[in-house]
Amino acid sequence: MRFLARRGIFYVLTAWAAITINFLIPRLMPGNPVEAQMAHHQGQLTFQETKALDVAFGIGLHQGFWSEYLQYWNNVVHLNFGLSFTYFPTPVSTVIAHSLPWTIILVGLSVIIAWVLGTILGIVAGWRRGSSWDLTLPAGAFFRGIPTFWIGLIAVSIFGVRLGWVPVSGGYSTNVVPSWTWAFIGSALHHSILPALTIILGSIAGNVLGMRNMMVSTLTEDFVLVGEAKGLPGHRVMFRYAARNAILPSVVGFALELGFVVSGALLVEQVYSYPGIGYVLFQAVGSEDYPLMQAIFLIITLAVLLANILADVVFVIIDPRTRQGAIT
Amino acid sequence: MSDLLIDFTGDAVETDAPRRAMWLRSPKTVVGLSVFGAFVVIAIFGPLLAPYDPTATSGDVLAHPSAAHLLGTTSEGQDVLSQILVGARESMLVGIVAAVIGESLAIAVGITAGYLGGMADEALSTVTNIFLVIPVLPLEIVLSAYLVNSGWIAITLIISLTAWPWGARTLRAQTLSIRKRDYIDAAKVAGDRTWRIVLFEVLPNESAIIVTGFLFQILFAILVQTGLAFLGIGNVETWSWGSMLYFAQNSDAFLSGAWWWYVPPGLCVALVGMGLALTNLGIDEIINPKLRVYKNDKKHRRWIPFVRSQPVGDQFEGATP
Repeated sequence: MRFLARRGIFYVLTAWAAITINFLIPRLMPGNPVEAQMAHHQGQLTFQETKALDVAFGIGLHQGFWSEYLQYWNNVVHLNFGLSFTYFPTPVSTVIAHSLPWTIILVGLSVIIAWVLGTILGIVAGWRRGSSWDLTLPAGAFFRGIPTFWIGLIAVSIFGVRLGWVPVSGGYSTNVVPSWTWAFIGSALHHSILPALTIILGSIAGNVLGMRNMMVSTLTEDFVLVGEAKGLPGHRVMFRYAARNAILPSVVGFALELGFVVSGALLVEQVYSYPGIGYVLFQAVGSEDYPLMQAIFLIITLAVLLANILADVVFVIIDPRTRQGAIT
Repeated sequence: MSDLLIDFTGDAVETDAPRRAMWLRSPKTVVGLSVFGAFVVIAIFGPLLAPYDPTATSGDVLAHPSAAHLLGTTSEGQDVLSQILVGARESMLVGIVAAVIGESLAIAVGITAGYLGGMADEALSTVTNIFLVIPVLPLEIVLSAYLVNSGWIAITLIISLTAWPWGARTLRAQTLSIRKRDYIDAAKVAGDRTWRIVLFEVLPNESAIIVTGFLFQILFAILVQTGLAFLGIGNVETWSWGSMLYFAQNSDAFLSGAWWWYVPPGLCVALVGMGLALTNLGIDEIINPKLRVYKNDKKHRRWIPFVRSQPVGDQFEGATP
């Protein structure tokens, strides 16, 4: 319980830090984004648009730092992020609400599949060390260095353009409307196969390498030797004795690398023009839509935090030491 | 101990040889460093080797690889090979400079936290973990969106600002364990100042971790820079592998099947990354004997600790009948 309490405090601190960083960035950066926007549009901004910038940054209010900070918190709590420029005059929160589910389903599922597959491959590669399975090391090193989005580009040109097996862009066909019908779900699945495979291929190598090396270290422990000496079948020693202990750092690593993996996945959305939050983020960059950009940074950070909390709960379930207060 | 003994016999040459060879003993490290070194050479001499001006356009549009253009041309008739050679410099420079800054930050934060302990450790570890959880790319995009057209230095600083937490975390853990060892107590009793203990007792014993952290940060920085440039963030007016992919994407090279344009830049990033990752795998095996696997030990591979702890040499030969 102490473990969970400590982690809880940490997550509250991180959420506070992310929101505060978001508040500070426009203030610390050289130049005033409101003025930059006005110069960019050559005074063509409507009153509403100026107001949107004020809400997003609280800059035009001239109320002093603390008052603006409180105002900003008030906006965040009410999910009031102002109006988006890219999709004017849609509120930023609506734009995010439409794109976030796509990302959570695509990226969430792909990352979990990559972790499960990678861990299993790592267990086998560690168990069969010294055999041809050691080729996973150079292969993993190669895949780790590949930019995930580049895998996507290659996959699009081979399977999308040359072979024409799968659609090259979008989240669903133009002839279906988003709804809970089989036609739509089928179309969405069809469109998400290639992006999902790309994310899996891009993030699996780290899991395999980490798990393989933990397995190899664990296999030198005495309790593995005891298991062998007792004459237990190989698979029992492999899974119950070695893998069960080697998997703990892998769960922690999963949580820690999530921020990096999600970053790579967002770029994949751009490659496939997938209607998720990454694609919207890059649209926002293109049109200098600061309110949308900053709100998306905040939402993605909070989503990754939530995933970390889930990983912690899993950790508590699989590691009894956390429940007895040995790990705090 | 063995160093001392052999020194007394005056056989110093033989002790030096295996020591120097330790870094070269792992084929992974040798291959990895060679690949990485080759790209460092390209980054230094690339612009001199480039057969054409990478920006110069020509009528030879989207030409397949040929003798005149070894890697073909872009949609504006620019030579792809020249772009790769010239672009290597910015990609590698951003990677290495960002890693130097990032690893310095990691050393400062990680060792301070681990060595001081107490409240300082709590505070620094919390900051480290917060930066570890925040997704890097959205943060970098938000930061760089405010720094339009500010060149590679701004991008490098932004990348190093997000790259350090991993290294700081491992260094803190290692410092925590080193701090409790006897020789640190001995140095304290001898009256050494804290800065001297940290610089001469703690730091040298973490050199392997610092090197792997540094190499990992180069890989991280090159990947991030390529991703940002691919999105057109930062400066796409200078050549880098990322900006090549940006122009390829914007000219629909993927739809027109101009593979010679978009395959080489990504492959270069992947090869540099593989070189760095292989080197790190090799170093991991050097510093962690548990990870060493002996090739011809297939039959006994599950018994490695047992086999290795058996007496070596012939001191028992007389005892066996």
